[in-house]
Amino acid sequence: MSSQEIPEENLPAGQDTAHGAVMVADDPFADPGLPPHKPRIQDIDERAARRSERAVAFMFTLSMLATVGFIASYVIFPVDKIVYIWPFGRVSALNFALGWTLGLALFFIGAGAVHWARTLMSDVEIADERHPIAADAETKAKVMSDFAAGAAESGMGRRKLIRNTMFGALSLVPLSGIVLLRDMGPLPEKKLRTTMWTKGLQLINMNTHEPLRPEDVAVGSLTFAMPEGLSEHDHHFQTEIAKAALMIVRIQPEDIKDKRELEWSHEGIVAFSKICTHVGCPISLYEQQTHHVLCPCHQSTFDLSDGARVIFGPAGHALPQLRIGVNDKGFLEALGDFDEPVGPSFWERG
Amino acid sequence: MKKLSARRRHPLAAVVVLLLALAATGGLYAAFAPAGTAKADETAQSLAIEEGKKLYSVGCASCHGTGGQGTTDGPSLVGVGSAAVDFQVGTGRMPAQQPGAQVPKKKVIYSQAEIDQLAAYVASLGAGPITPTESQYSPDGADIAKGGELFRTNCAQCHNFTGEGGALTYGKYAPSLEGVSPKHLFEAMQTGPQNMPSFPDSTMPEKEKKDIIAYVQAVNGDKADSPGGLSLGGLGPVSEGLFAWVFGLGALIAVAIWVAAHTAKAKKS
Repeated sequence: MSSQEIPEENLPAGQDTAHGAVMVADDPFADPGLPPHKPRIQDIDERAARRSERAVAFMFTLSMLATVGFIASYVIFPVDKIVYIWPFGRVSALNFALGWTLGLALFFIGAGAVHWARTLMSDVEIADERHPIAADAETKAKVMSDFAAGAAESGMGRRKLIRNTMFGALSLVPLSGIVLLRDMGPLPEKKLRTTMWTKGLQLINMNTHEPLRPEDVAVGSLTFAMPEGLSEHDHHFQTEIAKAALMIVRIQPEDIKDKRELEWSHEGIVAFSKICTHVGCPISLYEQQTHHVLCPCHQSTFDLSDGARVIFGPAGHALPQLRIGVNDKGFLEALGDFDEPVGPSFWERG
Repeated sequence: MKKLSARRRHPLAAVVVLLLALAATGGLYAAFAPAGTAKADETAQSLAIEEGKKLYSVGCASCHGTGGQGTTDGPSLVGVGSAAVDFQVGTGRMPAQQPGAQVPKKKVIYSQAEIDQLAAYVASLGAGPITPTESQYSPDGADIAKGGELFRTNCAQCHNFTGEGGALTYGKYAPSLEGVSPKHLFEAMQTGPQNMPSFPDSTMPEKEKKDIIAYVQAVNGDKADSPGGLSLGGLGPVSEGLFAWVFGLGALIAVAIWVAAHTAKAKKS
């Protein structure tokens, strides 16, 4: 609101120079009230109002047409039809048509409603007076006496047996719900501590599904393995692979700094858990020159040439290593399970 | 047989026998004689190595050493094979412009013939992966769906689900696979350039590499379909959410401000 709009009588009165005295208005801070209502062209001109009406109706009609277009596109376009549309490239005709028609249908409902409200609906400002929230004393007294009478009639205060058993019944009912939470179990028991790996299980290449030979694993290569006997079609495949997934790399034995890592390797072939020890993301962003493994979730970095210790990020402990060897058929095999739980920490991990 | 023996005294019989004998001798000689073409190949090969050595001394030796033994500025090239040279020089990564966390792809400065000579020289230093032929890397007829599975198992962790690339540690990164030729994709898997681990044929057979190449071409090639239109870098829900919040909500706010800023009153004030 610009200063010109303030009614003259509410402005501080100017100095009366003729008498040399200052005239002060009764109350310079009085509520100026609402500004005077100004009409819109549609309020004055009936033809303009009809134009607006037609414009709103036109937008609603466009919305209807767009909806019809949506249904028609759904019927017409096959799901795999690809068309070239600049600047988007080769897009699905169906997706493109459905998106635009639905978008336009919704847009024109909104645009029509806004235009209707702005040009045709009443825009007279109305002041709504507030009322005190508290009830008056008389009503309060009536409610209190009604409550007291009801309490006395029900005998709540007198018949304590009924009252106490009712409280007992009400407080026990939620127990049923709590007991049902048991279905979130069973408790994990030892499942977090063990994986499928046991002594003698061969390491199966996840690409070829063949057992790995030491000579298959070149220095600088990266291979993923799962335990022998697990199939991707197994009912429990996801549960098992989530713990047993292995990342296999080969490092020149003289580059391995950690003594135990070297001992648990086979001629520099080391097998580490693929599950990050922070929150359990699959981790295999292996850099073959630095031997760093990066977790894509929170940037925990492990040094595979030094016992997979944490060199950066939030992970709490090194990646567990699986002790491996070669069986008499010449295939890589596990020499036992991981010696510590894989994946993220949990309360009882110790 | 009777017919043949009846004519054995024919005046021309001796001539026929002689011709047969000559043909047999000639054929046997051709089959068993040391092949002259092989010799020519060998000469061409040693010529290529010679030429490659010259190119190497000028362009590569300052970092990789005069005999490819490596220096503090560059790794040894003994045993990296011709495929590694074809990839590194063929994508413009080598010769490197400056040392750094990672050598980026840039304009290729050698012709394919020169690259082949360099590759021949480096291959002569020690056995390594050989530059693949088209039948090895061509994705024609490969299984795209299987390639997708293999890509997600082996490659997606660094290169993103559709090969858009991603960040690694200390300034290193997995580059985008957009526009990379099937040959270079194959060589990268075979040789493991820079910090990328290799995926040799022993753990990832040639056929699986072809499947992966076919998948990359299907989702990230020049002719790849993008059913949704704007892929927003193909980075997944984070970039999509950011776009919706910043641009979607931003557009709604802008429209709301525009509506409120334009009075509908007959007399503008």
